[in-house]
Amino acid sequence: MESRSFYNEILTEHNVSPYHKHDIENPDIVLEGVNPNCGDDIWLKLKCDGDIIADAGFTGDGCAVSQASADIMIGLIIGKKKEEALRLADIFIRMIKGEAREEEIDSLEEASALRDVAHMPARVKCAVLGWHTLEEAFGNN
Amino acid sequence: MDGKAFRADFPIFEIEKSMYLDNAATSQKPKCVLEAEYGFYEKMNANPLRGFYPLSVEATKAYEDAREKVRGFINAASVKEIIFTRNTTESINLIAYSYGLNNLCRNDEIVVSITEHHSNLLPWRMVADRTGAKIKYLYPNKEGEFDPAAIDEAITERTKIAAMGQVSNVLGSLNPIDHLIKRVHEVGGVAVIDAAQSAPHMAIDVKKMNPDFLAFSGHKMFGPMGIGVLYGRKELLEAMPPFMEGGEMVDIVRFDYTKYSELPHKFEAGTVNAGGAVGLSAAIDYINKVGFDTMNEIEESLTKRAFEAMKNIPHLHILGGDSAEKHHGIISFTLDDVHPHDVSAILEADGIDVRAGHHCAGPLLEFLGVNSATRLSLMFYNTEEEIDAFTKSVASIRERMGFND
Repeated sequence: MESRSFYNEILTEHNVSPYHKHDIENPDIVLEGVNPNCGDDIWLKLKCDGDIIADAGFTGDGCAVSQASADIMIGLIIGKKKEEALRLADIFIRMIKGEAREEEIDSLEEASALRDVAHMPARVKCAVLGWHTLEEAFGNN
Repeated sequence: MDGKAFRADFPIFEIEKSMYLDNAATSQKPKCVLEAEYGFYEKMNANPLRGFYPLSVEATKAYEDAREKVRGFINAASVKEIIFTRNTTESINLIAYSYGLNNLCRNDEIVVSITEHHSNLLPWRMVADRTGAKIKYLYPNKEGEFDPAAIDEAITERTKIAAMGQVSNVLGSLNPIDHLIKRVHEVGGVAVIDAAQSAPHMAIDVKKMNPDFLAFSGHKMFGPMGIGVLYGRKELLEAMPPFMEGGEMVDIVRFDYTKYSELPHKFEAGTVNAGGAVGLSAAIDYINKVGFDTMNEIEESLTKRAFEAMKNIPHLHILGGDSAEKHHGIISFTLDDVHPHDVSAILEADGIDVRAGHHCAGPLLEFLGVNSATRLSLMFYNTEEEIDAFTKSVASIRERMGFND
C-alpha cells in the first residue's frame, strides 16, 4: 500500500531537532496542554513585551505531530502581536478541520506542512494541541 | 505454519484488506457467528423468558441453550452459575457492587495485581473507597512474572478479595492464578479471575481452577460485542443481592414485597441480549470445531516468528518476557525516540492495524516506566505474510521519522 506520508521532511525535522523545545527564563505565561487519550503533554511558555510575543518555548513530550506542530507554531508567532498569533491559530485550526481557504493556508508558512492531518481524524488533536494551548494562554477559547 | 486455511471463515477478510493485528482488543467474527445472531432475529425474535406463545418459548430456549453451551465451555457445575452480562467490565462491576460493597468493611484488604486492565482495578478501588477497605498491589518483576512467595505474603487474614487476570493484555504473560486462588482460599477470601484475554486462547475448567468468580467477554472470542459472562460459585451468588433491579429478575412484586428470581435470572435485569448469547454459543461451537490445540500451534508459531524478528530490530524494546513462549500472542513494544502513536500511524499507512496507547493498564505502564506502547496481538487466523509485513514496516520506522541509523 502506498504510504500517504504526512510524516514529511518538515514534520520529522521539527520533531527530531526542534528549535524551540526549551525552557524560557521568567516567562509571563505558562500553560500546560494535554491530550488525555494519547498522553501528548506540552508546557507552553511565553514571554511578552506589551502586546508582542518577545520569546516563547515549549517542553514536554508526545507524538511527532504534536511536537512538530508546537515547534512550528512557536517559530511563527515569535515577534508577532498577540492578535496576529491568535489569527494564525484560528486559521491553523480551521485548516486541520479542512475549512481554511488556500491563501489563508499560505499565510501559515511551514505550518501548512501539517495540512494533510485533516485527512487523519485520529491525529487532529495532536496537531492542534499547541495551538489550542496558545488560544487558552491568551484567555481565548 | 499460519492461519490461511481459516481466513475464508471470516467474511471481513474478503472486504477489509488491512492486516488486522489488534486481536487482543477484539477478535474478528466467523460467518457462523454472524449467521447465528442474524438467524435469531430472523426466525425466533420474541422477548425471552416472559411470553407463553411458541415464539417466545423458542427464543427462551435459544437463550438458555446458549447458557448451557457456556457452562460446558468452562465446565461449570450448573447453569445457575452462568450469568450473562454485557462484557468483562460489567461482570467485574457486578461482583464489586453486589459482593464487594456488601461483604467488605474498614481494615479489610483487596489484593490486586498491578498488571491488571483498568476493568479489574477501578471496580476494586471503588469498593475500597466506599467501604474503607485497603487496596494492596501485587508487583511482578520487569518480565511480568509474579513470585509465589510475594503472593503468599501479600494475601493475609485480612484479605477478602484477590483479583488477577489470567493473561495480561499488555505483556501476554500467563499469571499464577492457581497459586493466588489457593492462597486466598487459605485465608477465607474469594478469588476473582479476569479471563478476558485467556478465554479465546485456552481451555478453562472452573472445577479444576476453582475460582470464586471468573469473567470474560464474548467479543474477544469470536462472538458478538455486548455479550459477556460472569461465572460465580452458586453459594456466593445465592447470598448476593441483585446488581440491578427491574424486569425479568423478579418473581413476585407487590405493594410492599419483592421476591427475586432464582439464579441466574436474579442478575439479569431487563430484556437480555439473546441474539448476542446465541452468537456466543456459535462462537464456542466454532472454537470447538477448530480446537484450541490447532489455534495454539498456529499462534505460538506466529508469535515466535514476530518475536525473533522484533528482537533484531535496533532501538526496539519488547515489554515483558524474554522469550516468545511467555507472550501468548501479545507483544507490546517501544521504539526509541518514536512515540507509539507515530509507530501505529506509520503501520497504518502500510495497511497494518495495531493498537497504541496505555492499553487501559496505566499503573502497569507506570511500573514499567513507559508512557505508552504499541501492541501487536495475534490470532490463529493471522498469516506469516502479515507478520513479515509488520516487522518490515516496524524496522523502517525510525528512518522514515528522520533518524539516521
